[in-house]
Amino acid sequence: MLPVSDLPPVSSAVSVTGLVKQFGRFAALRGVSAEFAPGRLYAILGDNGAGKTTLLRALAGLTPPTRGTVSMLGTTDLRSVCGQLGYMAHPSLLYDEMSGMENLRYFARLYDVADSDLRCADVIRAVKLDPSLTRPVGQYSQGMRQRMSLARALLNDPKILLLDEPFSNVDVRSAQEMVKLLTGSRDAGKTIFVVTHQASLLEGAADEFVWMEAGQIVSRTPDLRATLETR
Amino acid sequence: MSTVGSLTRATLAKDLRLEWRSKDAINSMLFFSLLVVVIFSFSFDPTAEESRRIAGGLVWVAFLFAAVVALNQTWAREMRNQVLDAYRVSPAPPNALFLAKVIGNFIFVTVLQALMTPLFIVFYNLSALGPAYQLPIVAALGTWALVVNGTFFAAMSLRTRSREIMLPLLLFPISIPALLAMVEATSAILTGEYSARFWIVLLAAYDLVFTIASLFLFGFVLQAE
Repeated sequence: MLPVSDLPPVSSAVSVTGLVKQFGRFAALRGVSAEFAPGRLYAILGDNGAGKTTLLRALAGLTPPTRGTVSMLGTTDLRSVCGQLGYMAHPSLLYDEMSGMENLRYFARLYDVADSDLRCADVIRAVKLDPSLTRPVGQYSQGMRQRMSLARALLNDPKILLLDEPFSNVDVRSAQEMVKLLTGSRDAGKTIFVVTHQASLLEGAADEFVWMEAGQIVSRTPDLRATLETR
Repeated sequence: MSTVGSLTRATLAKDLRLEWRSKDAINSMLFFSLLVVVIFSFSFDPTAEESRRIAGGLVWVAFLFAAVVALNQTWAREMRNQVLDAYRVSPAPPNALFLAKVIGNFIFVTVLQALMTPLFIVFYNLSALGPAYQLPIVAALGTWALVVNGTFFAAMSLRTRSREIMLPLLLFPISIPALLAMVEATSAILTGEYSARFWIVLLAAYDLVFTIASLFLFGFVLQAE
C-alpha cells in the first residue's frame, strides 16, 4: 500500500475507460468511460439494474471488469491504493454478534489505523452513535446499522469514499446529518461517490449528478432538476 | 505496519469471540459426533480387540464429518452481511485471513476431540497397546490436514449455490491419503502390531504440501467473484 504522499499528483481521482462487465450473457456495464475530479461529491442515479452498484464494485476492486480499466489515484493497480478507499455496501459489512466498537476495532487493525480506539470512537460519534453502546450490531435498528456501516467506511480516513445506498432505511433527520458529514468530508478533499435512489437529499450538496441507464453513463450535470426532467 | 502475524491474531481473536457468543460450530459438531459414537456403539457392540482394529477409522470418520460442519460455519459467518467484502477491499493480506480461519478451525476440532475422546474410550473400551505418546501427534497432524484443506475448499465453494454439498465433494477425495495415514497410524498405536512412524511422516508431508499450496492459492480464491 502506498502512503498518500508517495502517490503521483493526479488531475482525476478516478478514471474509467471502456468499462464492460458481463455476468454470463448479461452486460451490467457497457463501455463506461468517465473522469472524476478529486474533492467532489458525485451522486450516481438511475433505475434499478442500470449498473450503479456494479460500477461502484468495479471501482472498489470487488468486481473485476470483463474489459476496460479503472484507474484510481493515478494507478490501475487498485490493490496498491485500497488503503485510501472507503467502501459502504448495501449490506452492513459488519458482524452482527459484535458491538459497533468491537467491529470497528477489528477493521482498524486491517487498515493499521493508529490510535485505533480513539479513531473508532471519533467516527462512531461522527455518525451520531454512542461508542459505549455494548449492544451487538444485530440488535441495532436498520438506520443505526447504516450509520455504523458509514463509520466503518470512514475509519481509515480514505481519500475516496464509495457509498451504496447510504440513506436507505434511515430517517430524514439522520439522512440529512449523514449528508452534512459527507459534504464536510468532500470539503476536506475526499472524493465521494454516492449511489442513491433518494437524490433529493443530495440536492445542493452533490457537485454532479451522474445518470446511468442500461450500463452506461448517459448524463452528468450539476443540476438535479435538469437531470430528472430529461429522464 | 500490521504484519501477517498480528492480523492473523486479530482475526483469530474475532473468530473465537464470535464462536464463543454464537456457539454455532461447536454445538453442531458435538451433537453430530455424539450421535456417531452412540449409534456405532449400539450397532456393532464390539469386543475390546475388535474395537482396537476399527476405532481408528471410526474416530477419524466421525471427526471428518463433524469438521465439515465447522468448516461450513466458518465462512458462512463471513458471508452474512457480506463482511468478507470489507476484508477484500482492505489492504490486509489474504493469508492472514486464511491462517486465522485454519487455526480457529483447528482449535474447534481439537476441543471437540478433547471432549469426545473420553467417550470413545468408554463406549469402545479402548486402550493403546502401542506407544500412546504418538496419539496426540497423529491427532494434531491429522486435524491440521483436515482443517487446512477444509478451510481452503470451503472458501472455494463459498459462492456456489449448494456449498454444503460442494464442500464434502471437493474435500473428501483429496483427503483420502491423509485419512488413510490417520487411520493406519491410529490403528497401529492402538493395536501395537506395527509401527506408526511411516504414516506419521506421510501425514506431516501431506500437511506441509497442502499448507503451502493453500497459502499460495488462497489470494486467488478470495479475490474471485
